[in-house]
Amino acid sequence: MANFSTNEFKAGLKIMLDGEPCNILENEYVKPGKGQAFNRVKIRKLISGKVLEKTFRSGESVEGADVMDTELAYLYTDGEFYHFMNNETFEQIAADEKAVGENVKWLVENDVCTITLWNGAPITVSPPNFVELEITETDPGLKGDTAGTGGKPATLSTGAVVRVPLFVQTGEVIKVDTRTGEYVSRVQK
Amino acid sequence: MTTPDNWRPTASLQALRERAQLYTAIRQFFAERDVLEVDTPVLSHGTVTDVFIDGFSTNFAYSDSGHNETLYLQTSPEFALKRLLASYQTSIYQLSKVFRHEGFGRLHNPEFTMLEWYRVGLDHHALMDEISDLLKALIGAQQTERMTYQQAFQKHLNLDPLSDSTQRIAQVFNDCKIDLSDEYPIDHDGMLQLLFSYEIEPRIGQHYPCFIYDYPASQSSLAKINSDDPRVADRFELYFKGTELANGFHELQDAAEQRKRFEHDNRLRRTFRFEEKPLDERFLGALEAGIPACAGVAMGIDRILMLKHGYTHIEQVLAFPVTRA
Repeated sequence: MANFSTNEFKAGLKIMLDGEPCNILENEYVKPGKGQAFNRVKIRKLISGKVLEKTFRSGESVEGADVMDTELAYLYTDGEFYHFMNNETFEQIAADEKAVGENVKWLVENDVCTITLWNGAPITVSPPNFVELEITETDPGLKGDTAGTGGKPATLSTGAVVRVPLFVQTGEVIKVDTRTGEYVSRVQK
Repeated sequence: MTTPDNWRPTASLQALRERAQLYTAIRQFFAERDVLEVDTPVLSHGTVTDVFIDGFSTNFAYSDSGHNETLYLQTSPEFALKRLLASYQTSIYQLSKVFRHEGFGRLHNPEFTMLEWYRVGLDHHALMDEISDLLKALIGAQQTERMTYQQAFQKHLNLDPLSDSTQRIAQVFNDCKIDLSDEYPIDHDGMLQLLFSYEIEPRIGQHYPCFIYDYPASQSSLAKINSDDPRVADRFELYFKGTELANGFHELQDAAEQRKRFEHDNRLRRTFRFEEKPLDERFLGALEAGIPACAGVAMGIDRILMLKHGYTHIEQVLAFPVTRA
């Protein structure tokens, strides 16, 4: 993988740091009039998800990370791996539990997810921003309630638990924002 | 940065007008105070030795010496202006382009506009008063604040930059969790500068422009050492809303001392494995002949424009930043 000079740093550039692929979130070139030039960089480590700040000497080079995002449809899990398929080439890739992480609760068959590959292997799986899931369990609600008054917990078919308005019932399909884990609306079947 | 649109300017017509108006206001300010506008070469045989300032250079093949000569683009008109001071002993200013071989960023372009002026008979505190008047005229700042370098560190980091040990500074540095890459060489003054950039700059001059003065003697540059406290130099910088705007001195007049500082810079350059720079003997000659007691300051005009009109990136005030030049 090519090296990148700090002059090439910008948001979205993928570099290696402490043996881990990272995404640059922010880069600021700092040069006090009489002082040393440096790049103050905010970085997200792509495997641990940790966000940190690092100071590089301006002009220094760092190794690039061979990281790419790919859009793949979720197929199924065999209990150990989660299988995804490229809808155009039908090529399949298996991601392990570590790569899927907490997002396992948003995996819906045939939904297209963003899989981040490092040296060709999946390191993170990001679900679509919105998924539709069936409620498998929630307390019967009070009559006459409308959305927006606190709500109640509902367990979804994937095991995810979200707060829903009191009028939403077991067996209904709802739309959820996976970025916040919040209920959006009911879905007409 | 290669897009079909990259022939276009990054500054709006409005921003171009604002720049023209600012230049007019600056010239009016100095005309009223009888400070003479001068024009000195952008291309010069001499350059600065500052460890962390690099000039662009080019080859001059038509010298009357018959030899090829290296010419440098000015990083500031300071040396040329002081040569005029030594000859004519009168207050002068220059509004011109300067060039630094540095990166491009939100507040940085390798070619930028500098206003530099020298006031004969004033010390740095009297000059700070005049800068306050200028800021009032240019950006409507109703007042300015002043704080010593030491007070700024004591207030915001509980650290004394003048008497605390390098070890103690390193400890505060680690406490602030400034994470340097392994390739970043850092020394006593380097740590102070980074602490200043990270921890102090964002906390000063938020409401009114703030002068920081009495810099450590080790960062004296071309300033006199303070006559009451030899630990500090008569140097100041100006900060406003997280932006460094100006650097000024009660100017050093001692040619021998100036030569020593240049040689010290070159020794430091060697330790950083940077190229040594030739000393500007014409400038040193002017100091030997004698410059009048004076104070001088250099101000970044692109940043003044940004602050005045609320621009967040320097390219908004430049017709063509280096990425499109």
